Amino acid sequence: MIPQLDIFILTLVIVCAVAAISVKDLLGSAILFGAYSFMMCLLWAVMGSVDVAFTEASVGAGVSTVFFVAAVFRTTRRTKD
Amino acid sequence: MKKIGIIIVCLSGALLLYATQDFPRWGDPNSPASTHVSPRYILKTLEETDVPNAVTSILADYRGYDTMFETTVIFTAGLSCLILLRVFKRKDEECYYRHISTGITFCVKGDKTIDDCSKEFERIDTVWTPYDLIIKTVSRFLVPFIQIFALYVLAHGHESPGGGFQGGVIFGASLIIIAIAFDLRTSIRRFKEKIDGLFSALGVFIYAGIGAFCLLLGGNFLDYKELARVFPFDRIEARAYGILGVEIGVFIAVMAVMVCIYVNIVSEGRHDEGL
Amino acid sequence: MEALIHHIVANYNYWLYIILMMIGLYAMIAKNNLIKKLVGMNIFQTAIILFYVSIGCKKGATIPILPEHGEGTAEHLIKVADYINPLPHVLMLTAIVVSVSTFGVALAIALKIYQRYQTLEEDEILMRLRER
Repeated sequence: MIPQLDIFILTLVIVCAVAAISVKDLLGSAILFGAYSFMMCLLWAVMGSVDVAFTEASVGAGVSTVFFVAAVFRTTRRTKD
Repeated sequence: MKKIGIIIVCLSGALLLYATQDFPRWGDPNSPASTHVSPRYILKTLEETDVPNAVTSILADYRGYDTMFETTVIFTAGLSCLILLRVFKRKDEECYYRHISTGITFCVKGDKTIDDCSKEFERIDTVWTPYDLIIKTVSRFLVPFIQIFALYVLAHGHESPGGGFQGGVIFGASLIIIAIAFDLRTSIRRFKEKIDGLFSALGVFIYAGIGAFCLLLGGNFLDYKELARVFPFDRIEARAYGILGVEIGVFIAVMAVMVCIYVNIVSEGRHDEGL
Repeated sequence: MEALIHHIVANYNYWLYIILMMIGLYAMIAKNNLIKKLVGMNIFQTAIILFYVSIGCKKGATIPILPEHGEGTAEHLIKVADYINPLPHVLMLTAIVVSVSTFGVALAIALKIYQRYQTLEEDEILMRLRER
């Protein structure tokens, strides 16, 4: 609940989110998506919800990124926008 | 499309921002979210269920019906990935084989295949991957410890953050590590598709089965107090053991479904080659 | 104007969560690539989960795990204002699980679309649908 830490991590989260949807390379988007998930996990840990942070760390920054990279491997890596 | 997107986003954003003036202050202990039911949960969780972690006791005992359907949602997701992607017939594609003793690689097109368990030929991936000793050794060393950690997270969910779902995801991730560091076929040989399907259904069955068992013993559905009639513990500890039982069900279901979704996505349903 | 500035400073965190939700919503509507739309959907879901969990916070309170059989565990000694509200955490655990399941199935559908139309861009798919 420390406000300075909160604002700092929230800014990082918004930057990661905007970057994940604007990068033209889908693999870069996958990695930024993993970073976004991890920043979310930090936010929840700072707010005191440790169960939700644990779940998001294992699911979002772990398994979800792996699914994303596996799907990009089987389709194309470039996007037009 | 972009202009419509910006208009919709600005309108709904403005509406939500206008609604924030009614919100309570952040961190207020008397906010409406914290005053109706949750004080009862916090006060009574240790005395009624003997589980110190309030989140686990609410998830698996007070709101256990929701968690049963959450497990069903995971099972349905694994099932639908399987149904969407799985193909059994191999079309006219090429398979690459290597003769083990001489090292000659060749390509087989068409319908003829070489048996998977023949001792002289091994199948290699279409996309050439370098032979990486460090990754193979380190993952072979780490995977048992990751699995023990996953079982620890499951078993210790009563006292520390954790529980069935987190442990199941970590266990599934350990099996995915084997599939990435070695071949996909290696991990399928270790953890076959039939066992995977069986486990994912077994998890939901354990959860609903414990609920039905409590019903058979005379209580309500998912009323763990009634388990004290059959097992040698008293009615309060029976709730803690009931919570452990349903967490084991969630663990098994989640582990199997994570592996199922990964294997089907990375091999496009053919279960032969992967990352 | 004074009231607006005071209002923003008091509720700055809600405003940031709403900005995050709108980024996700914009990506779902305006992006052309199917996988970018999925990323936008996931950003939207996690932003809503963030907002929901934040309403359970209490100032100066600790995590909702009660101390073991020791001091302060009799019912009259547990103070509710000392522990964070655990109910939003429970509901959002289910939401995270549902979000990852939806993501997996959506990736499988995107894979099938790629196998059929050889592209993942929405306008090219619509063009090939009309030509057929």
